[in-house]
Amino acid sequence: MTLPAITYTKPVRLPWLAIGLSLVGAAIVLFTFSASGYVVTVVGFAAIYAIFVTGLNLFMGYTGQASFGQNAFAALGGYGTAILCTDYNMEPALALLLTMAFSGLVALVVGYPTLRLRGHYLAMATFALGLITYEISIEWASLTQGYMGYSGIPPLRLWRFEAVTEKQQLAVILVLLVLGVFAAYRLRHSRFGRALRAIAGSEAAASALGVNVARYKLLSFMIAAMYGSAAGSLFAHFVGFISPEVFGTSMVVSSFTMLYLGGIGTVAGPLIGAVIVSLLPELLRGLKEWQDVVYILVLLTILIYAPKGIAGFLDRLFRKQEG
Amino acid sequence: MTDAPPHLLDVTELSAHYGHVQALKPTSLRIAEGELVTILGPNGAGKSTLLRAITRLTPGDGRVTFRGQDITALPTHRRAALGIIMVPEGRGLFGQMSVRENLVLGAYQIGSAQATIKQRLDEVFSLFPRLAERIDQVSSSLSGGEQQMLAIGRALMAGPKLLMLDEPSLGLAPRVSVEIIETLGKLNRQGLGILLVEQKAPLALKLAQRVYVLSLGRIVVELPASEIRSHHDLARYYLH
Repeated sequence: MTLPAITYTKPVRLPWLAIGLSLVGAAIVLFTFSASGYVVTVVGFAAIYAIFVTGLNLFMGYTGQASFGQNAFAALGGYGTAILCTDYNMEPALALLLTMAFSGLVALVVGYPTLRLRGHYLAMATFALGLITYEISIEWASLTQGYMGYSGIPPLRLWRFEAVTEKQQLAVILVLLVLGVFAAYRLRHSRFGRALRAIAGSEAAASALGVNVARYKLLSFMIAAMYGSAAGSLFAHFVGFISPEVFGTSMVVSSFTMLYLGGIGTVAGPLIGAVIVSLLPELLRGLKEWQDVVYILVLLTILIYAPKGIAGFLDRLFRKQEG
Repeated sequence: MTDAPPHLLDVTELSAHYGHVQALKPTSLRIAEGELVTILGPNGAGKSTLLRAITRLTPGDGRVTFRGQDITALPTHRRAALGIIMVPEGRGLFGQMSVRENLVLGAYQIGSAQATIKQRLDEVFSLFPRLAERIDQVSSSLSGGEQQMLAIGRALMAGPKLLMLDEPSLGLAPRVSVEIIETLGKLNRQGLGILLVEQKAPLALKLAQRVYVLSLGRIVVELPASEIRSHHDLARYYLH
């Protein structure tokens, strides 16, 4: 085609939403580091879940696939780290990377046949993966200590630097969270990320434009598995103890709540969801027997008035003000 | 004596099933380089299935060659990489993405070559200036005509050698339909091979060099478009 050119220049906008969320995040972190151990524990769990849900978001939000079995990869990470660091005295950082690689490999082997399924069938197959892993963690007691769980897991250590106190551990987890979210952000805006979002929009249309749908779905599943594995490993180091229940079905329910509440398919959604779902029960603790009722009411209200999650709601709000 | 150059597309005995139902009976057709071919036929004739089978979005039996290369075994994305690009019925836009994102995704195969992407964007905006005005708008919020322009623009971003369109005028106002069809004519005059499935025969026949009429899953007639123009009873073919 040889036609006259119409040049379009994108207007430059300040990322007010990102700036605002960063300030809120910084305030929470500052408050946490000046608070008691209990607050540190709660925020630590929120940060670990945020890593887990960021990975889940890659597969469910960006790629538009269903997975009810990401807890399996958290279990692989948790138990892998526990065994390698406790029984084999491996460096925690190395164990973290090894278990991530192993989880990616398992996701490749499991995902290759499974990801041919779609919709509810894929959801059921991945759910089965989580259940199978849960059963293995109970039944293979010689490896996992069964119901007794695995204790004595050392704290995080980066070669010479050992994160002894909870606050030091939280600092390491937060650094890893920032890295994980940054990687997810870059991925979302890359050619790979655009291909994933195209698959979420329409597999047929994506394929007709040259996207290798099967390969990208598998890659997305593997990356999500590695995020899940890292979260499992960090949990094991942070608490020093794991058992099958930690990576059970409740983990799936919690992570789904965080994902949809925060905003599925957005970069900030998993962070917002993880913080709210983790902190809200603590803030409502004073309500005693009404705590659960109010908690559910708050979640329902948010989902009714912000069906695309809080990140989606805020994004719309900021766009309106800009427009 | 020299061999004739291969056709742009050669389809031999291509058939397709949905479960036990044979939606497309063994069908053969060809398109020459730079040719605009139209497939006409009533609802349910198998027109969309034929296009989907050519791209392999619907698996089929039979042989497909593209510029002399046998592509029968190639999956959809590899066929797209060769330049066989389809604008599906219903447009297949990524509704939550902006106009720009949809267009950039069209150029997915050329990677991150920004200069090429920008050049193709400019070319698309020259054809459809309205898309430039809507660049940051979410594609699902566009009008039907603008959505169709975007679907065609996105396909052009892929640098097609053969552009296949499934009922591009469906659901559009007559004026917009004419605008779209005229743009296709312009692209064809620039040398782009086009396979057009269209129910609005008068529109399609304005541009087509050849016509296939499909009825009940098989091609019932193939003839130059000029002959159809002199016919006033297309229905005769439809009822074969």
